[in-house]
Amino acid sequence: MSLVDIKGLDVGYVRHRKVQPAVIGLDLAVAPAEVVAIVGESGSGKTTTANAIIGLLPANGRITAGSAVVDGVETAGASERTLRRLRGSVVGLIPQDPMVGLNPTKRVGAQIAEAVRLRGGAPEEVFEHLAEAGVPDPELRARQYPHELSGGLRQRVLIAIALAGKPKLIIADEPTSALDVTVQKRILDHLGGLVREQGISLLIITHDLAVAADRADRIIVMQNGRKVEQGDPAAILGTPRERYTRQLIAAAPRLAHAGRVVPRFDVRGQEKPEPILELTDVSKTFAVSDLRRGARGFNALDKVSVTVPRGQTHALVGESGCGKTTTLRIALGLETATSGSVKLDGDEIVGRSWNRLRPLRRKAQLVHQDPFATLDPKFTIGQSITEPLVSFRIGNRKSRLERARELLDQVALPASYLDRLPSELSGGQRQRVAIARALALRPDLIMLDEPVSALDVLVQEQILQLLADLQAALGLSYLFVSHDLGVVAELAHTVSVMSHGKVVEQGPVAEVFTNPQSPYTQELIDAIPGRRVADAV
Amino acid sequence: MTRYIVGRIVQAVAVLWAAFTLTFAILYLLPSDPMELQLAAAGVQEDSLTPDQLAAMKQRFGLDQSIWAQYWHHLTGVLHGDFGTSLSQQVPVSDLLTARIGGTLTLSVSAALLSLVAGATLAYLATFARWNPLRVFLTRLPALGASFPQFFVALFLIQFFSFQLGWFPATGNEGAQSLVMPVVTISVLTSSVLAQVLIKSFDETLSQPYIATARAKGLSRSAVHLKHAFRNAALPAMTILGVLVGLTVTSSIVVETVFTREGVGKLAQESVLSQDVPVVLAVVTVAAAMFVLVNLVVDLLYPLLDPRISHTRGRVRPAPEVVTAT
Repeated sequence: MSLVDIKGLDVGYVRHRKVQPAVIGLDLAVAPAEVVAIVGESGSGKTTTANAIIGLLPANGRITAGSAVVDGVETAGASERTLRRLRGSVVGLIPQDPMVGLNPTKRVGAQIAEAVRLRGGAPEEVFEHLAEAGVPDPELRARQYPHELSGGLRQRVLIAIALAGKPKLIIADEPTSALDVTVQKRILDHLGGLVREQGISLLIITHDLAVAADRADRIIVMQNGRKVEQGDPAAILGTPRERYTRQLIAAAPRLAHAGRVVPRFDVRGQEKPEPILELTDVSKTFAVSDLRRGARGFNALDKVSVTVPRGQTHALVGESGCGKTTTLRIALGLETATSGSVKLDGDEIVGRSWNRLRPLRRKAQLVHQDPFATLDPKFTIGQSITEPLVSFRIGNRKSRLERARELLDQVALPASYLDRLPSELSGGQRQRVAIARALALRPDLIMLDEPVSALDVLVQEQILQLLADLQAALGLSYLFVSHDLGVVAELAHTVSVMSHGKVVEQGPVAEVFTNPQSPYTQELIDAIPGRRVADAV
Repeated sequence: MTRYIVGRIVQAVAVLWAAFTLTFAILYLLPSDPMELQLAAAGVQEDSLTPDQLAAMKQRFGLDQSIWAQYWHHLTGVLHGDFGTSLSQQVPVSDLLTARIGGTLTLSVSAALLSLVAGATLAYLATFARWNPLRVFLTRLPALGASFPQFFVALFLIQFFSFQLGWFPATGNEGAQSLVMPVVTISVLTSSVLAQVLIKSFDETLSQPYIATARAKGLSRSAVHLKHAFRNAALPAMTILGVLVGLTVTSSIVVETVFTREGVGKLAQESVLSQDVPVVLAVVTVAAAMFVLVNLVVDLLYPLLDPRISHTRGRVRPAPEVVTAT
């Protein structure tokens, strides 16, 4: 008998007294000890489905038709009391973002203990679950607060909470979106091992088909609230029936070429163009005050040398804390280097005052990671795009408006968006606006700080294509910061792999992928999802 | 940690000093002659005195000295607990204060406690209620409470509970019975302000992802509310506690006047009318001291309630992710 049995399920959200459907006529079954993945982009209804199974639909969410039976209990129209008996003890949840998934004012141990106590377990079991989830030093960690743990450890604590209820099914909501790829791979591998060992079913919710293909026994592809395709990974990847599934496959770097990562550009053996940006032996030491040990220096960067060739893309890759963002900030002149030289288009920027640096800012612009935070919510799109022009007193109102139309056209948005507010736009559209704003001053160089990591794979693909097209049309150079080598393969010509403030490997992307020299680079390449396909083929 | 505490105490003392000095400066700049006022209070015409007598009196009250000397004299006096002599009543200000501060403190503290309980309860119910009309009603209620003027609430209570029902006395400060209506009058305003802040904070906290984590564990709605949401929602509201207590003290001016209670508020009202400078100065200083004290306590309690605020280290660095063999 299936653990989860969903038949003809319709779920909608009540807005302005109307029900807007989010899931339509869904059939889904999860057998005991089966790993199922639901794949789809934002708005496809995948998270709504998960919430319906665990009985955590928001207040305006309604199951309007069909049935969802979980462990023999009908959840459609069930009372809060019935649903509460399912939560934790039958269905465990690993939420999307580990950074905000834990109560900041309660000790980690106490948060796990709540789940243990609910099922009548002994307090010591907290340590067992922490150890099970792969947290070292459980006794120490249990006494700590969430902010004292890294993102990876917080994710493991959330896994421990889910395990503490001894559930039959665990739902993992977007487990790959918030953490570094290598950390996520370790954690997902660990979770996969656990559920297989203990015979727990796992439902993975993800926008990335490659992640699903690596771990699931069965994949369900959802689009606009409907199931469009389902089957085992080999069938889905080998003989996709739907155009949408084929798009998803094309968007995953490893799936597109049957398990191999093929970089888009190969500049091996070609002559390197003149550098637009040249960092030479840049070091940065941050002062860290510590009462017990006194003031110390923390070396964020140690003799980093990076060159961005004109008209090409250079990528900085590494995990959080490796110094890639500090490098970017120094290259932008937002942070001063402790030693070393930074040359932008031949001009030294280290040691320049803010005012003397300002004219150079026209040459280099920034596109931020988070498309939701990068635009002023009170500014219309037109105001956001023309702000750099206003700030450098370029043109008059009419010519700026003309330029804004032109820029929107370049990023493939209709001119009617000029009067819209950021809240009316999707994440991908906002990132297009951010790119248009960066282009406003006709810079030579654009710094891209994880520009696609907050977006769905299909949107990622579109933004990367847009960036490549703009580069070809305008001769732009990019300094591209990312934690994901898979994305780097799609955009960059050359790459520097960074770890602990040092560059561990550098060279053309094609060379680094085919012949990685450092074990760390190898680990990053391995972390690109879609490997299981490679092994199967 | 010690450095943080010492810093906060120094800051509190500085605020207190600034409040005293500012009040002194404002009162000194008032376009009236304290001597004249005092003589008028005693029923003596200024013209009837010889210049010598006038000079002698000025000397007695220290009014012949320069403003700096007077300021210094007052400041050192206050530090020794001596607030000078009331111009209108000819008794030491400290005697006036000690006689009346008890009544006002009882009033303020009771009102602050009632506001805390009422405001928190209302906020809790407003966010816990599941029936939408009730929820909307409870959420709107504080706005209504905050918009009634206090004298109106006081007069309404007197009219209804004293004159019609005869439950509580309309005036005086005899016994606990007389305290009820003044306390309620103040609390209507302060608890509404508190509830408004708390409701907003609650709504924000309840939409946090860790609340979903807590619910997914299988905790009941009330457990999630009490154990996970309440404390985190109360933290931002803590910062307005100082303002609230300050509000109960200022409210005592209106409330003590309407209910004719003997207290610092009524004293303040009377001494402002008679321009009794030393008394006004003393009342403002005492009120500022209470305000500063409450804020100091809140500041010192905050790190205990929110573990994220730590004053022991410059900054917190997360522990590194450790690879484990599986």
